[in-house]
Amino acid sequence: MTITVPQTNKQPSEKLQPTGWLRYLSFSLDHKVIGIQYLICGFIFYLIGGALASAIRIELTSPVSDFMARDVYNQVLTLHGTIMIFLWIVPVVNGAFGNYLIPFYVGARDMAFPRLNAVAFWLIPPAGLMLITSYFINGAAQSGWTAYPPLSITTPAAGQIIWIISVLLLGGSSIFGGINFIVTILKLRRPGLQLMQLPMYCWAMLGTSILVVLSTPVLAGTLILLSFDIVAHTGFFNPALGGNVIVYQHLFWFYSHPAVYIMVLPAFGLVSEILPVHCRKPLFGYTTMVYSIMAIVVLGLVVWAHHMFTSGTPPWMRLFFTIATSFIAVPTGIKFFNWVATLWGGRISLNSAVLFSCGFIINFVLGGITGIALAQVPFDIHVHDTYFVVAHFHYVVYGGSVFVIFSSIYHWYPKFTGKMLNENLGRFHFLITFIGFNLCFGPQHWLGMNGMPRRVAEYDPQFTFVNQLSSVGALLMALSTLPFLWNIFQSALKGPIAGDNPWQGLTPEWLTSSPPPVENWKGEAPLVSKPYGYGVNKEESTMESVDDAQGDNNS
Amino acid sequence: MPSPSAIFILILSVALIAGGIWAGQNINLLPIDASINAPIYDELFKVLFSIGTILFLGILGLVIYSLIRFRRRPGQVGDGLAIEGNLPLEILWTAVPAVVILFVGLYSYDIYDRMGGMQPLAHNGHHQMEKTEERIWGGIGSGTIDSSTGDAIAPLPVDVTAMQFAFLFHYPQGDIISGELHVPVGQPVTMKMESKDVIHAFWVPEFRLKQDVIPGQPTIMNFTPTKPGRYPIICAELCGPYHGGMRSTVVVEESKDYQAWYSKNAKPTSSETSDV
Repeated sequence: MTITVPQTNKQPSEKLQPTGWLRYLSFSLDHKVIGIQYLICGFIFYLIGGALASAIRIELTSPVSDFMARDVYNQVLTLHGTIMIFLWIVPVVNGAFGNYLIPFYVGARDMAFPRLNAVAFWLIPPAGLMLITSYFINGAAQSGWTAYPPLSITTPAAGQIIWIISVLLLGGSSIFGGINFIVTILKLRRPGLQLMQLPMYCWAMLGTSILVVLSTPVLAGTLILLSFDIVAHTGFFNPALGGNVIVYQHLFWFYSHPAVYIMVLPAFGLVSEILPVHCRKPLFGYTTMVYSIMAIVVLGLVVWAHHMFTSGTPPWMRLFFTIATSFIAVPTGIKFFNWVATLWGGRISLNSAVLFSCGFIINFVLGGITGIALAQVPFDIHVHDTYFVVAHFHYVVYGGSVFVIFSSIYHWYPKFTGKMLNENLGRFHFLITFIGFNLCFGPQHWLGMNGMPRRVAEYDPQFTFVNQLSSVGALLMALSTLPFLWNIFQSALKGPIAGDNPWQGLTPEWLTSSPPPVENWKGEAPLVSKPYGYGVNKEESTMESVDDAQGDNNS
Repeated sequence: MPSPSAIFILILSVALIAGGIWAGQNINLLPIDASINAPIYDELFKVLFSIGTILFLGILGLVIYSLIRFRRRPGQVGDGLAIEGNLPLEILWTAVPAVVILFVGLYSYDIYDRMGGMQPLAHNGHHQMEKTEERIWGGIGSGTIDSSTGDAIAPLPVDVTAMQFAFLFHYPQGDIISGELHVPVGQPVTMKMESKDVIHAFWVPEFRLKQDVIPGQPTIMNFTPTKPGRYPIICAELCGPYHGGMRSTVVVEESKDYQAWYSKNAKPTSSETSDV
């Protein structure tokens, strides 16, 4: 039986959409344009957040508060955390690569709701600008990205309220994106494409979007209650009015722990796309990878109180969250062993994309090990809220997600632009990023265990040398963006032409021109039933898995 | 007969495990231990450090080896091996981490129990049970250590008040208010803590103990110092601009030094009721 589903062009014709570079400043409905908008916007905020991080590391080169005023320091660290999470990592690993790749992977011409997609992106620049300009109005928020009351109620209200509004806008953007991804992956798949044939990044984005849709509304509600406490003097979280500060922490972490998975699960998916192409091997253990993503999603929703082991939690609650948190290591471990097995026996091209992906594996394993340690109540009671935790989560979100973002840029830049990047410059970029990152955050484990709390502008003078070492690492990380930026701009102008498929990838985005046309394919979308069909023992797999016959059958 | 490479892998694995255990036992990254639960903490740390070292070096070695051994050499074309999975292997690396995690979980439960984390919290220094008692949450540590020795020492009660940006210690016996915490070595101390403004945290790295000090929600922390000395008390929860400067000192003294400090500062009317 043959079912023919005509894929009609539902979008306005090409002429109605701006072309050239101007389309990146427009309310474009093209998922590829929106993806690039997310990526560039995110990178600009990364540079701003990085400048704030540099300011923090300059302040910490000496044990006294001498570089900036104390309240400015708290504003800087609050902005640094908020920008890096909500304006750089979450929008880029989800919005940028998700928008660009998911329609290709499911064989669609665009996302399910293109207009909602554009709205989701255009909420981000005003939210980010508002957040940054709050510094110049009356001082930005200064209660950390966690905004724990009563501190967030008693610090100057203007900055805190602007912070809340901007996080609400970013959360809204994230929810719109999440709904869009779920519908696109489940409902817009090309006829004949089975769920278990999807590239791994689709599964990662499906899991992530479920987390976004389930947990972000809780954060929104919490922040609205917090804003009532600030402007209307209600007493939800204000102990002076009979409120309870611990309730805020539960509600906040109910979102903010899943937020960690919202930042790393898409990164897991991206690595699963990059490694098979450059190792010329199938992704090892596809099925277990899918189940482990879903296990992380379920477990990720029931571990939040491990952020509150010292807050005042009864013993049974501490134990429950210790056990739940520890068990996340099992599905996560499966993924890491599977990636190592994907490397094993491959023909690995040692290019920038592979190096950044392998850097991610190494960094994230260390972050995961300290994470298992932190999940143990008796261990956490000593190092909670210290630089040990700062080191741990930077190993997870920088060593993890940001390394993957760079890896993905090296991998998909030829598709985005049609030009190749300079590989030697890319490997140089990897080297100084990797050294700088480990020099910056490695020693911070020791600082935390020996008595340096986080979020301080001044510290015990015995920690001066190690802090200076860490600042040297931060300097290297700051400098590492220079060869990267040069590479991006230079290659866009003068890079060699990439061709449609420079890496000989099998996933659908490589089966169209670089950059792809509006609507993604000139003809009908190809049916890729084996996205990882590499391998010498299966000569036939290379092209025959790509069934680009017109009018497919539901085989 | 096993192949030479199998023997080599076996030797390498044994060396890795032995190295991890050696590192756990011999690399000390923690400050000195000055309370009864600090050595218990250090035991857990050693085990976690050993497991972590083995795991990290193992994966690091595998990644670097794979990158070198399986790199594409100049002129090589074609793909790698078409291995899509290996069920026994995948079951193995699901089961082994699950067993390790189970072991770590049970072991850390044991540690938690030995630190007194599972004991019901009671602020022994307060004579009558307050209405709010069931809502008092707390940190680790039991007020009465080791009752098996027969002569359990009554804990010294201290009321801690945290505010921006200082700690105040009030001794109900003797009605002393002090900015520094003085405690005699070997005596259990039970602290009832409450904040006047925002959330603070009481942390002594040498005791390996931390507990948030929360407004409107009393918390309890118990500890028994074991080594005389001056140790920093550090606020670990962001509490405002001077958070980094919010520090105090706990002075652990020999009994006679503590008595001297106590009698010098105690209010005359209440000094006789003291049973320390």
